[in-house]
Amino acid sequence: MNAVLTELWPYLILLLVGFLPNEIWRAFGLVLARGLNEDSEIVIWSRAVATAILAGVIAKLILFSTGALATIPLPVRVAAAVCGFLAYLVMRRSVFAGVAVGEAVLLLGGFLFAH
Amino acid sequence: MSVPSTFNSSAAAFFAGVKSAWTSVFFLVLMGTYIGIGALAHDFGLASWWLALSTLLVWAAPAQVILISALGAGAALFEIAIAVTLSAIRLFPMVVALLPLLRGKSTRLRDLLLPTHFTSVSMWVESLRLLPALPQEWRIAFCNGLSVGYMGTAVVAGFVGYYLAAGLPPLFAGTLLFLTPMSFLISTARNAHMMVDKVALVFGLVLGPVLTALHVDLDLMWTGVVGGTLAYLVHRLREAAT
Repeated sequence: MNAVLTELWPYLILLLVGFLPNEIWRAFGLVLARGLNEDSEIVIWSRAVATAILAGVIAKLILFSTGALATIPLPVRVAAAVCGFLAYLVMRRSVFAGVAVGEAVLLLGGFLFAH
Repeated sequence: MSVPSTFNSSAAAFFAGVKSAWTSVFFLVLMGTYIGIGALAHDFGLASWWLALSTLLVWAAPAQVILISALGAGAALFEIAIAVTLSAIRLFPMVVALLPLLRGKSTRLRDLLLPTHFTSVSMWVESLRLLPALPQEWRIAFCNGLSVGYMGTAVVAGFVGYYLAAGLPPLFAGTLLFLTPMSFLISTARNAHMMVDKVALVFGLVLGPVLTALHVDLDLMWTGVVGGTLAYLVHRLREAAT
């Protein structure tokens, strides 16, 4: 029984803290036919909260990296993110250009300075 | 891309949707995003089938990134659930805006269950662009085909990223892992149309690491609630000033 539970535990977690808290908002949208206006104050606030959370996760992934990314020094990771973002701004807001430049800087810096 | 405006069968409408997914710009975006998420799942020690199932069930890249990185970092389950749900509120107005396009006189509630679950940024943007040109009777089938096309792409790309990260030397695996923060940083900035979204992005970038470094409990939740609310207050003050 315990072995089965250990095997299934990650999937139970996926249902409880991944699927349900996410899906509930889709279900609300289906049930409440008359919805919120895209410009209503509560939507603007909730979007700001969601953006801040995602931004926090992004910064943590870059600054407190784990695994293979941690073998590339912190200054290189930060420089790559900054260069990628600047490239996105300069190259007519192209996501592809930004990601490509960021990755190129990371690869070059990692090649030169990896632990 | 334009699509034919009428079909012989639901199956034809469905496959036109799949084709439309695979020829749209989001095909490449999803490939890149989910290769990165695959590498992330490998790095944090999750199984590749777990990732595939999370793509099918959660089907929201930001929520999956939050889920995987928080689980990997050993965050409290309660905190992860709150962070995921706060990141998912945006799905609510999206479903509300999409359903009137799909609902006809004879549409049953159960016909809308799949499109509701499939609602995510890529599918939503393309549906709102392409559906108005289609006759109402084919829209649900087309929309489901479009979503299955995107979801299939994401599941396959997740496996690709997962096993590339497992097999590549550290420098290249690190480059794959970097795809997630790099692409999300830029796409979040790109989606930040209003000043309040841009301010929230900056506050989140600063608050997230600061609260982590200070070992604040429930740091993700506070990053969102404090950063987002501060950004919202800045927005209200600016509105009041003009």
